[in-house]
Order: sequence, then C-alpha cells, then structure tokens
Amino acid sequence: MQTRVVGVSVPRKEGPAKLTGQARYIDDLSLPGMIFGATVRSTIARGAIEEIGFGEGIPWHEFTIVTAKDIPGRNVISLIMDDQPCLADGMVNHPEEPILLLAHPDRHELAAAVAAVKITYKPAPSIHSIEESERREHIIWGKDNIFKSYRMEKGDVDQAWKDAAWMVEGEYSTGAQEQLYIEPNGVIAQAGSTTGLTIWGSMQCPFYVHKALVALTGLPGESIRVIQAETGGAFGGKEEYPSMLAAHASLLAMKSGRPVKIIYDRMEDMAATTKRHPSRTRHRTAISADGKLLAAEIDFATDGGAYATLSSTVLSRGTIHAGGPYYWPNIRVNAKAYATNTPPHGAFRGFGAPQSLFALERHMDHIAKTIGLAPDEFRRRNLLHQGMTTATSQVINEPIVMDQMLDRALDLTDYHAKVKQFAAHNLTSSKKKGIGIGAFLHGAGFTGSGERYLNALVGLEATAAGGLRVLVSSTEFGQGTNTILCQIAAETLGLEYDDVSMAPVDTSISPNSGPTVASRTAMIIGRIVQTAALKMRQTLIDSGLLEPSGGREQFLAACQAYRKQFGELQSFSRYEAAPNIFWNDELYSGEAYGAYAWAVYMAEVTVDITTYSVTIDDFVALQEIGKVIHPVLASGQIEGGVAQGIGYALYEKVVWKDGRMINNQMTNYIMPTAEDIPPIRVYFEEVPYQYGPYGAKGIGELPMDGPAPAIINAVVQATGIEFNSIPLLPEDIFRAMTAEPERPAESLETALAAKGSQ
Amino acid sequence: MSKRDVSLTVNGTAYTVSVYPMERLLDVLRAKIGLTGTKEGCGEGECGSCSVLMNGELVNSCLVPVLQAEGATLCTIEGLAGENGLHPVQQAFLKCGGAQCGICTPGMVMATVHLLNNNPKPTLEQIREGLGGNLCRCTGYTRIFDAVAAAAGTRR
Repeated sequence: MQTRVVGVSVPRKEGPAKLTGQARYIDDLSLPGMIFGATVRSTIARGAIEEIGFGEGIPWHEFTIVTAKDIPGRNVISLIMDDQPCLADGMVNHPEEPILLLAHPDRHELAAAVAAVKITYKPAPSIHSIEESERREHIIWGKDNIFKSYRMEKGDVDQAWKDAAWMVEGEYSTGAQEQLYIEPNGVIAQAGSTTGLTIWGSMQCPFYVHKALVALTGLPGESIRVIQAETGGAFGGKEEYPSMLAAHASLLAMKSGRPVKIIYDRMEDMAATTKRHPSRTRHRTAISADGKLLAAEIDFATDGGAYATLSSTVLSRGTIHAGGPYYWPNIRVNAKAYATNTPPHGAFRGFGAPQSLFALERHMDHIAKTIGLAPDEFRRRNLLHQGMTTATSQVINEPIVMDQMLDRALDLTDYHAKVKQFAAHNLTSSKKKGIGIGAFLHGAGFTGSGERYLNALVGLEATAAGGLRVLVSSTEFGQGTNTILCQIAAETLGLEYDDVSMAPVDTSISPNSGPTVASRTAMIIGRIVQTAALKMRQTLIDSGLLEPSGGREQFLAACQAYRKQFGELQSFSRYEAAPNIFWNDELYSGEAYGAYAWAVYMAEVTVDITTYSVTIDDFVALQEIGKVIHPVLASGQIEGGVAQGIGYALYEKVVWKDGRMINNQMTNYIMPTAEDIPPIRVYFEEVPYQYGPYGAKGIGELPMDGPAPAIINAVVQATGIEFNSIPLLPEDIFRAMTAEPERPAESLETALAAKGSQ
Repeated sequence: MSKRDVSLTVNGTAYTVSVYPMERLLDVLRAKIGLTGTKEGCGEGECGSCSVLMNGELVNSCLVPVLQAEGATLCTIEGLAGENGLHPVQQAFLKCGGAQCGICTPGMVMATVHLLNNNPKPTLEQIREGLGGNLCRCTGYTRIFDAVAAAAGTRR
C-alpha cells in the first residue's frame, strides 16, 4: 500500500521541546508551598521491626512523618497479587524496603533526618538465590517460595527420547540488569480537601498508579488524577515502581496538607527499584541423526525478589519464548518464579524473553558443536516456516522470512569466510576473533487473553485550533509513541502530520488504552487509532458535513462545522481481537500473541587475551517487524536495544551482598558509552501484518533479546571456552582461561602460545 | 554556613544570586535561576546530563561548587536556539533521531557544541571521544554520531 505519512521519518513530536530544554520532566515542576519527601528503608534483608526511634539533633517537629498506620485504605501496592506493602508493618522482607516516610520544606534537611531514624530489628534468616529458594530450608513467601509455576507442553516429550540420535544438555544463567534510565524515578502529589488527589510523575502506566492509589487511599477513582510528566527513559523500570513512589508521596501530601515531591537520587534509585529478573535455564534436547530438533525438556527458573509484583507475567513471556524461532514437534517447559529476599525484580524491556532466549541460543550453538554441524546450518534445519506450529501450538499463518534473513545476515557479515579466517588467525594471535549468531522472535502485545482483558480504549477529538488530537494513556518515554500515533491518524484521514497532536496523558481526560509495555503501542494501540479515525470520518459523513470524497481541507472544515453545531467531536474505539485468536490459560496453548517480530543478529568480536576484554567489531541486526512506521525511530529502537543488550552481555553486573545491590552508582555499574558501541548495521524486512496499522507489528522489546547470545556465541567461538552465564566480564574470561581443570586442549595451547609470544 | 552573593552570566544575562558557597552550580541554575533544561542524571559526574559551557569549557555542573562560577560566563541548553530557530546542532539531532527520551539530550547537545567549537570537522573516533562523558541509554549513540556529523557538515 502506498502511504504518505506512515513510513516517512517525520520530526519527533516533542523533539523541539526536548532539544531546547523546554520539555518539563518531573524534577522541573514545582508547586506553590511544595515540600520534599524521603524514604527510610530497611537495612536488613529480613526480620521483625522491633522499635522505631528518632535520634537527637533533628528538629522533628518540622517534619511530616508517615508510617503504615497513616494509610487510610489497604497497605498494598495493588498490581496482580497485592502482596507488597506500601510501607513495611511489622516485618521487612528485603533490604531497602520502605518503612517510614519523611517530608520537609528544605530538601537539604532530609538526608540527615533519614539517617537519624533508628530502627531496631530482630533479624530472621534470609535467602538470596534461586538455589537457596528452591531448597526451602527457609520459607519466606507463601507455602513454598514459589510465586508462580507454568507447565507448557506440546507433543509427547517422554516418547521422543528413544528416537534421538543425540541428547544434549546445558545450563545457562543470566544476571540482574538495571534499567538505568537517565532520569531517576520521581513524583509530585497534591492532596486537596475538595480537589482529591493529583499525581504528576515520570511513568509508563498512569492507570496502574491510579489503581494502586484507589486501594491505598480508599478514595473513589474519580477523586484521583494521575498525570504523566515528560519521562526521561523507562525500559520497564517505570512500569510498576511509580505506583510505590506515588503512594508514598500521596501519604505525605495527605498528612502534611502540602504538595510533596519525591525524587530519588541515583543511588537510591539503583538500590531500591526493580531490575531484570536473574534466571537459570536447563535444557535437555533430543536431536535426530539429520540434525532436526525432536524434543526439548526445559526448566526455566527466575529470581523474583521478595514480592510477587510482575514475576508471574515475566515468567509467562520467558516460558513462551523458551523455544525460540524453531519447530519443536515435542516440547515441555517447566517454569517457576522463586521468592528471595532482594528488592522485587520487575519489568525490563524483553520481560523474561531475553533470559530464556539467551539460554536457547547458547544451547543451539552448544548442540551444533556437539553434533558436528555449523551453527548456521543447524539453525536453518530447524527454523519455523509458515504453517508450522510454535511451542504453544500456535499456527503461524503469515509468511516467515527467517531463512532469507539468515542468508542475508551470513552474506552481510561474510560469515563463512570469516569463520575460516578467524580459525587460522586465532592459532597465532593473542587477539582471538569470533562471530556469533542469535536467531529469535518476540511476540507483540499482552500474552494470550491479556489484550481482551485490557480492552483498550482510544479516542480522537477535533480541537478548537482546527486540528485533531489523540487521546490515549499510552505514554511517550523516548520510543516515539507521540510521533507514530499522530502519523497513523494523519495517514488514515488524509491529513498532514502537523494536523494531529497528542493530548496530555492525564487519567481525568485520557481513555484507558492500557499500559505502555509489551511492544503493544504501535501494533495494538496504533490499530485502534486507525479505527477511531475511520469512525470519526464516518460520523462526519453521516452528519452530512463531509462528502465521502472530501479531502484534507474539507475534512478539517467539517470537523469545525461539527464542533460549532454539536459542541465537540470525539471518536472512541475499543480493541477488537483479530479473528481466530484462542488462548488456553490452563494448558498454556494457543495463540500466545497476535503477531511475532522475527530477527537474526550477528556479532563479531575480538577477545584480547592480554587484558581479557571483549571488543565488538561489527554488529548486524536484521529483523522483520511488519510495516516500518518511522524508519529513523525504528532504527533508533533497534540500536538502543542492541546497546542495552551489549551491556547485558558484557558490562552490566549487579553486585549483591545479602540481597542488596552494593554497586549502585554509575561509577561502578558500567553501561556502554559512546566509546564502547560498535557500528550497528540495522536492516528491516517488511511482511505486513494484516491486523496491525498499515501492517505494523511490535518492535520495542525485540532488540533486547538477540545481542547477548550472539555476542557470547562469538566469544565462545573465539576462545573455545563454553561461557554460559552473563554478564561475562573480563575477570570471568580470565578465570576461565587460567583455571587449571578441564579445558579444551586447543584453547590452552593457544593461550599459552599467545602468552609466550608477548 | 552563611550565604553569600555570587555573580555570573548565563546565556548573556547577568545574575547575582544568594547561595551557600558549596551549592552545586546545577542547583543554582535550576532552582535559583529557573533554567531547568540542564538535567541531573547521577550527581557524581558520570552521566554528563548536567553538562554546560563555563567560559567555553564543558563542565559537569553537578561537580562545580557555585563559588567556582563567580564571574563566569555560562551557556546552557536554553542559550542555544536563536531568533532564527534551532541551533544547527539541535536541528541535526532532531533530523537524525539523536534525541529519544530527551533527558541526556541537553548535555549531549552541549558536549557536541563544545566538540565542534574546538574541532569543526571531527572524525568518528573524535566524536566518540568527545561524547565519551555523556551517557545515553536510549539511542545506542549511533544516531547521535550521525547528528554530530550532520551538524559538522552544516557548519561549513
């Protein structure tokens, strides 16, 4: 289909405001009489609170002090299971758990006051890993330390082993990862006796905050208003946590009668807020003599931290993606999310899929090596094709272009020549080279029946200024929500991009289009914008104000005529499921997602065995995401995701001590800088999805899934050592390459030769 | 500690502010002068979001005690766009997709202006080095490099 506005790289809607410093983020806002809040947190991992004391030298009468007893409604951060308190009452279950809140007019007075609150505890045993949690020596949550388990099964796995020519096992693990949005979490709350409660904040999901505040305060929903401020990065890190922050600021505002601002500094943000779930995946795979996957038994475990929060849904996405883009006649995934005494792990771009896909794609290389096939050839023999079924028995009806993308990736990287060349080079050089593949898919939208439950509502209205504006709760935090939704509306109605703007995200005016997560905004919300736009046009035609053939000028004039006649012109549409979408929550089978994005990533690395550091020399990212709505924004999503994936693989290590992150600074938690990023070559294939706007599918999370396995596969090829855990830091490579016991002889020799040659 | 007056020039306007001597330049710019375009990302000089030009040099304003800025001439993100619209660096960032969430953007733009002031035709390696003190979590830097190169082209 020829498009005019969609597919064109128009200027980002809020771009000029961001570039001139005029965009207003939460810490840029101020209200008259506003005071500042701070949080007193647990210093232990688990135990009973025995006494709270207020030390000397602090003018306590100047402070507003809030404890759990000040909570008017329920002491929970309402999300899925409602097990997480807003403020600890009696017990603490993780370090940094909020216990008490302080507010003062001078923000500089807060740090000393927080330090002067003395809490005495009776410590209880705590656990800090999946292994400790599954041993159940100490039960810290529910009956068995398990937040959620899934069993996903297709075919007859137990019968398949007897036909196998090969049986290959492996265990893989991934670490926690900090979202590290550059703007820390922050919120302002104002409580008025007549105006109710108003929240401004940096957030992804204003209606999650709204729901949490209804439970916390007992106020009717219409008395609570949540407004998104410009949001400086999120990546999932502002999906559920802002509800906690808003709850805290609200309690202080209600007690003090003054607006309260809470802005976390970087150290508090890193120590106290959510991170990506650490994981452990065990694979046992049956392979036929001709290199076909026959069966998989996969055990997928995540560390959820101390409260359930989003662990069940993260586990779900990880489970469904555990089989990757391959055809499995038989597959069984047993998945469990475990409780530990660390701050709850939460949403982070990819949402469980980067974990299980890292394991799978490392395992695919491991199998290929074991059975003597090249990594590309082994993958090729097992890729899903149109008409085949996924691990959830979903038939993929759209064309799948994985084979073509694999070919193109091999071609773009000169893969086969490089593999040969590197093998020769590595015999003599202390700079070992490798090239690795990651092949994967990512489902767009909420899993299974999720989108039906969300039942997103989207609006469009004619403005007094003569244009249109889009009404959604879908937030902009860098990905391009504002821009692409305006493009879709303009395209649908024959308007110019500049004719359409975004209404502020404000629960008092925005319809609930659901949370801004799960790669759902372009595909799901974009589609509803399109429907609402068509409906608006039909309304104008039906009212006799617009000829069916009317163009842009006629349409805009008709909008104004309608406004004059009827006061306002609005059009609302709801989510409509694509036909033939069925999902069985019990059996975990059916159409897990409306559509998948598909990708092949390639990383070329150098491992310097003098410094044991890894340099990425080239990175190629090919993906099929349906129609590309905005080429520049789409490439930016991929490049940014790849950079985060590079950090996940090679740099970003959360160092834990008794459940607390102890490297909670940008100085010692290392993310990629401008000097670390390789050339990232991005290519799109476009297979339009029938039920996405102009054929678009989801994109946001996809690029987080592939870099880590591609990079580690390359490092393994370069060094000959099977690295199966990320992050993989130079010290890990050093330890593995200098360790005494069993190691492939070849790598030992080359390592020694290289050392001798220095 | 008692407050004292400090005079400085920001974006061409002279200010005298009453401050604690060790107050951070960042806080004075944001809270006292009301220029909130300069952002705080880490408070320890790692992320570069608070970058401003002080007497033509790029500084992390979170690390500068305001006394050090006595008599200084400062340029912040608000001082770049002129009557004719966006500064060429801002235009290039807009066109190339160099800004996503926007929180690192003011610092990144200031670092770019500083780089191009000192090296109008930087190589890619020089761009990487020039922006090495400014962290961006959204873009993967690629489009920022494009923007710097594009801005360098327009400055001929």
